[in-house]
Amino acid sequence: MMFLAFLSQTIRIAMPYLFASAGGVLSERSGLIGLGLEGYMLSGAFCAALGSYYSHSPWIGLAAGLAGGTVFAALYGLCSVRYKGDQVVVGVAINLLAVGITRFFLRFAFGSSSNSPRVPGFSVAETGSGLLALAHDPMIWMGALAMPVVGWVLYRTPFGLRVRAVGEHPGAALSVGIPVARVRWLAVLLSGAIAGMGGAYLALDQHQFTDQMTAGRGFIALAAIIFGRWDPPRVGLACLLFAAAETFQIRLQGASAVPAQFVEMIPYVLTIVALAGVVGRAVPPAALGKTDE
Amino acid sequence: MRKLLILVGVLLAAHVVLLFVHPAGAASPAIDPHAVNVGIVFDVGGRGDKSFNDAAYVGGERAEKELGVHVRFIEPGDGSDREAALRIFAAEGMKLVIGVGFIFTDDLVQLAKEYPNTDFAGVDFSVATDSAGNPIPPPPNLAALKFREEEGSFLVGALAAMVGHSKKVGFVGGMNSPLIQKFQAGYTAGVHYVCPDCQVIAQYAGVTPDAFRNPGKGKELALSQYQDGVNVIFHASGSTGLGVFEAARQTNKLAIGVDADQYSEAPGHVLTSMVKGVDAAVFDAIKRVKDGTFKGGIYSYGLAQNGVRYVYDEHNKALIPDSVQARLQQLRADIIAGKIKVPTTP
Repeated sequence: MMFLAFLSQTIRIAMPYLFASAGGVLSERSGLIGLGLEGYMLSGAFCAALGSYYSHSPWIGLAAGLAGGTVFAALYGLCSVRYKGDQVVVGVAINLLAVGITRFFLRFAFGSSSNSPRVPGFSVAETGSGLLALAHDPMIWMGALAMPVVGWVLYRTPFGLRVRAVGEHPGAALSVGIPVARVRWLAVLLSGAIAGMGGAYLALDQHQFTDQMTAGRGFIALAAIIFGRWDPPRVGLACLLFAAAETFQIRLQGASAVPAQFVEMIPYVLTIVALAGVVGRAVPPAALGKTDE
Repeated sequence: MRKLLILVGVLLAAHVVLLFVHPAGAASPAIDPHAVNVGIVFDVGGRGDKSFNDAAYVGGERAEKELGVHVRFIEPGDGSDREAALRIFAAEGMKLVIGVGFIFTDDLVQLAKEYPNTDFAGVDFSVATDSAGNPIPPPPNLAALKFREEEGSFLVGALAAMVGHSKKVGFVGGMNSPLIQKFQAGYTAGVHYVCPDCQVIAQYAGVTPDAFRNPGKGKELALSQYQDGVNVIFHASGSTGLGVFEAARQTNKLAIGVDADQYSEAPGHVLTSMVKGVDAAVFDAIKRVKDGTFKGGIYSYGLAQNGVRYVYDEHNKALIPDSVQARLQQLRADIIAGKIKVPTTP
């Protein structure tokens, strides 16, 4: 019982990370830094709440969240692919913009600066360990599938091959006739859509949108991508590991001698450890963040 | 490139045009020469936060109606805008300038020194202490409006222990900080006062300001506490607490709101709310200025001044038996009379 409760909580906490980092891997492998993940998620969360509120259907909400993430990814694509802006700067700007825009429309649509009214969601009544409730939430299944699907696309489809080629050596890819910009556009739009679903999960699970509700999850997802060395199966495991650490912290807070601050920094410490090459070398896609082709 | 330049040009033009647009209702003159002018600067979140800022707004509105003063509000963005907003009011010659939220503390001290003829007030102003631990009094024209959250928390703690039917009661805090620990300390003391062998499970959502707006984390904390046998959770965690209410709904248990009456967030699952009387404190400060009795210093609002209280109305009467309500009223009287000393640190 204790273990099952731990497991189901870990899965729930991992969900937004899984969605966001699945999207992020796709974008990063194409050479575009996934710094805007936080923004895609936030806009996805807001649009999901909005869609679900007006349609009374969480499915429409999910679709709206997907669209919301895609719109922000399109903006990122416009600035970094079309106009070749510095990706770090653009990514940071996207995140700030998402905070401001969602807050603006939150007040515009719902007359509140803190949270939306209650909206329909997927979650059902919680009983026992909560594992059964998980099986009834379709978004859990989607989150579990997101990473395998991205892995399959990357390694088993022509599009995935092109994404990887573009991310490693866009010049070479261009010379054999791969439309570099178009591949990157597609990768970043898909990345926004998947990360937007992560935001939708947050909003629909809470049955509402609250101001800045992503609370840094996009950055944890980014850390998971780096810790997982840009390889979908490993990134998925990294998400689960980070979520397990958080669950541990929740369960043991107050009861253990380990301060909360320590557990909270685990994802970031692991990321630094991974980057420092302690557990095998972390090699990013060669063209990551480079704007020239 | 040309297109981009044109786009930037259009945006700039739109920006300039918008500068001349007056939103409806903003047409009132900056300063009314025949009335006492008061400026209120909101904390992050601004109006519609269903909490702090809205309460300050209510206090200001009431003062405008009942005292005939002229009140203006500014909602700053993030960061340095706050100081600028305070400065605008002070420079315009407002009689009283109020900053809502502890975040204004340093800016208020600075401006109070620069504008000695203007009165200032800070809601939740955090009074600095010197190396010996004694509070450093604010400047003579600055009133620190503080609340004794621990007193209200004590009462809701006693309530949680009495109606919880469990030896475990829960607490979810936002950012782990002295202000929130004050809530925890009072709450724990209240629980132990009526149930010495009860256990308080106190957890925090984090150690950064993000911990005040992370409902996902709040929900997971609450779910694990409810699974652990807790039946009532008190949250002091901003919008993180909305996740606590969601967990209460899902598991059909109870939660206690904070700052404002949060009944509507989860009807039937909100046992009560520990309300801070920001509106009363703001009204009080304005009234003093109007009456010419305003003095700087530390104003502390506790149970006695109705600065903190718990909600007991038609919504939650069914959840609180009469005997429990009577006991709470007795405890309240004992705290006011000084018979019960409530700690401020856990």
